[in-house]
Amino acid sequence: MSYIEVNHITKSFKVAKKKSGLKEAFKSFFKRDYKIVEAVKDISFSIEKGEIVGYIGPNGAGKSTTIKILSGILTPNSGKCKVGKMTPWLDRKEYVRKIGVVFGQRSQLWWDIPAEDTFDLLKDIYDIPEERYLKTKEELVEKLNLKDIINVPVRQLSLGQRMRCEIAASLLHEPDILFLDEPTIGLDAISKQLVRDFIKRINKEKKTTIILTTHDMSDIDALAKRIILIGKGQVLYDGSLQKLKNNYANKKYIKVNTKDAINIKMKGVLKKVKEKDGYAFIIDSKQLNISDFLNVISKQVQIEDVEIDNENLDNMIVNLYEDLKI
Amino acid sequence: MRAYLSYFRLRFITCLQYRAAAWAGIATQLFFGFVYIMVYMAFYESGSAELPMELPQLITYIWLMQSLLSLVSMFYKDEDIFSLVRTGNIAYELARPKNLYFMWYFKIIGDRLAKVLLRFVPFIIFLLILPVPYRISLPASLPHFLIFIATMTAGSLLMTTIITLYPIITMHTLSEKGIVGIIIAFAEILSGIVVPIPFFPKFLQVISKCLPFQYVSDLPFRIYVGNIGINDGLYGLLIQIIWIFIMGTLGYILMHKSLKKVVVQGG
Repeated sequence: MSYIEVNHITKSFKVAKKKSGLKEAFKSFFKRDYKIVEAVKDISFSIEKGEIVGYIGPNGAGKSTTIKILSGILTPNSGKCKVGKMTPWLDRKEYVRKIGVVFGQRSQLWWDIPAEDTFDLLKDIYDIPEERYLKTKEELVEKLNLKDIINVPVRQLSLGQRMRCEIAASLLHEPDILFLDEPTIGLDAISKQLVRDFIKRINKEKKTTIILTTHDMSDIDALAKRIILIGKGQVLYDGSLQKLKNNYANKKYIKVNTKDAINIKMKGVLKKVKEKDGYAFIIDSKQLNISDFLNVISKQVQIEDVEIDNENLDNMIVNLYEDLKI
Repeated sequence: MRAYLSYFRLRFITCLQYRAAAWAGIATQLFFGFVYIMVYMAFYESGSAELPMELPQLITYIWLMQSLLSLVSMFYKDEDIFSLVRTGNIAYELARPKNLYFMWYFKIIGDRLAKVLLRFVPFIIFLLILPVPYRISLPASLPHFLIFIATMTAGSLLMTTIITLYPIITMHTLSEKGIVGIIIAFAEILSGIVVPIPFFPKFLQVISKCLPFQYVSDLPFRIYVGNIGINDGLYGLLIQIIWIFIMGTLGYILMHKSLKKVVVQGG
């Protein structure tokens, strides 16, 4: 039995359908059409204690919904979920003591007052004993480099500074599980690095289980060994990042600039697209050597320029989304 | 309990950040107080009809209203809790190991109390040194004063149970305009904030008696000025407690119903 078990979770929302325009608005004033949107459909996975899992998928795939169900905020329509011995939405009050949540696009800090005042409030909300609170706070201040910003009213902090405070606020009660919903959204490279290093460190030192959603693939690359890919509310891939890379990294993008027409039929050429000043190819480097490919082409036509794109994780994901039609 | 007190402390700190707002509040309330008093003075001078309150009583009633307005007003447009619902920040509130109803309850009462505490002392001192027709009177008697304190406390608690309902209703309607706005308008009038209850037409007085609103501020103020006797005052206190219980339970149940189908807006 794993630490977190999610079984066949489904959640749908009722959304009012409205078309644009005055006439439609007037119509919907009297009669409203609703449609049921299924945010997540029959999702199952399990996570072990101490794992870092990257939870990825395009916008609207159901990532945040899953996080909210797992953190006890939303009640699913059907399905089971056990974390330890608790069901998040049924044992909410007890359960949330053990988890920390960071929603990258929201703030839990009080806007008008310094972050430290919010920390004090959280200490009372989570009934943290004074000594432990001071110790944890000191630790977090040091690791996240908060010393100079903790006494400044939150409204005067930059996004990166605020996000570091947000993360600290979510960890004051030393949770067993940390949910990070886009923690690096809008951060610059240095802040991102700092946040990532910190996440790695607490995972290592405190064995905190971390579930992370993001659109920034370098986050995933830096942190998660395992990813769960979700699209249109369903789990599409659950496994190691390395395996996914191996499957997709052998695809190469080659752009050939030429004025002539290319006719090529070779095994390993997956795609050919005519572009303004040439052609773009996707080839499978396992089946077809790049130099062989270029050899054949250069015999056929006059090549002006060649671009070979090495697969990066972002492209890979775009590809993956395309392949899976999500 | 500590956590809820902590909310109060934080609200207090937040209010202290805005000194200008506190002074502006005092100025506004003085202005409205004088306007009301002048209108009633003209009314009393010209009127021949039987009037339910003596003028000095009424003036004191109005000043009590203005100095304690934050504790008794049914008007509530505080962005804090409404925006939690509207923008979906309620997600964070639900990730806390505390009862959401009581968290909101203490946020609201903390906010209201902080505002009054910041303004009350300078305001009352000023009212006590005003020239005679405008000056605030002392309580009718010591027993009246003691029951005033008790009913004022209960009134504030009752006010909070009513106001806490607004964001709970907003959880259904997803916007604080509309239904909540209508409720606020009715509550303002029926609590005697616009016109004291004794000036209501008879039928409206009967309706108002069956509703909780007049027990928030009208009751304690009229006890203070001696318009309501000791026995009636104690009886009123009992009704206040019953209403606190009813409105509190209603809010609590409604909230837990809506939490089951909560929607977090804005992704």
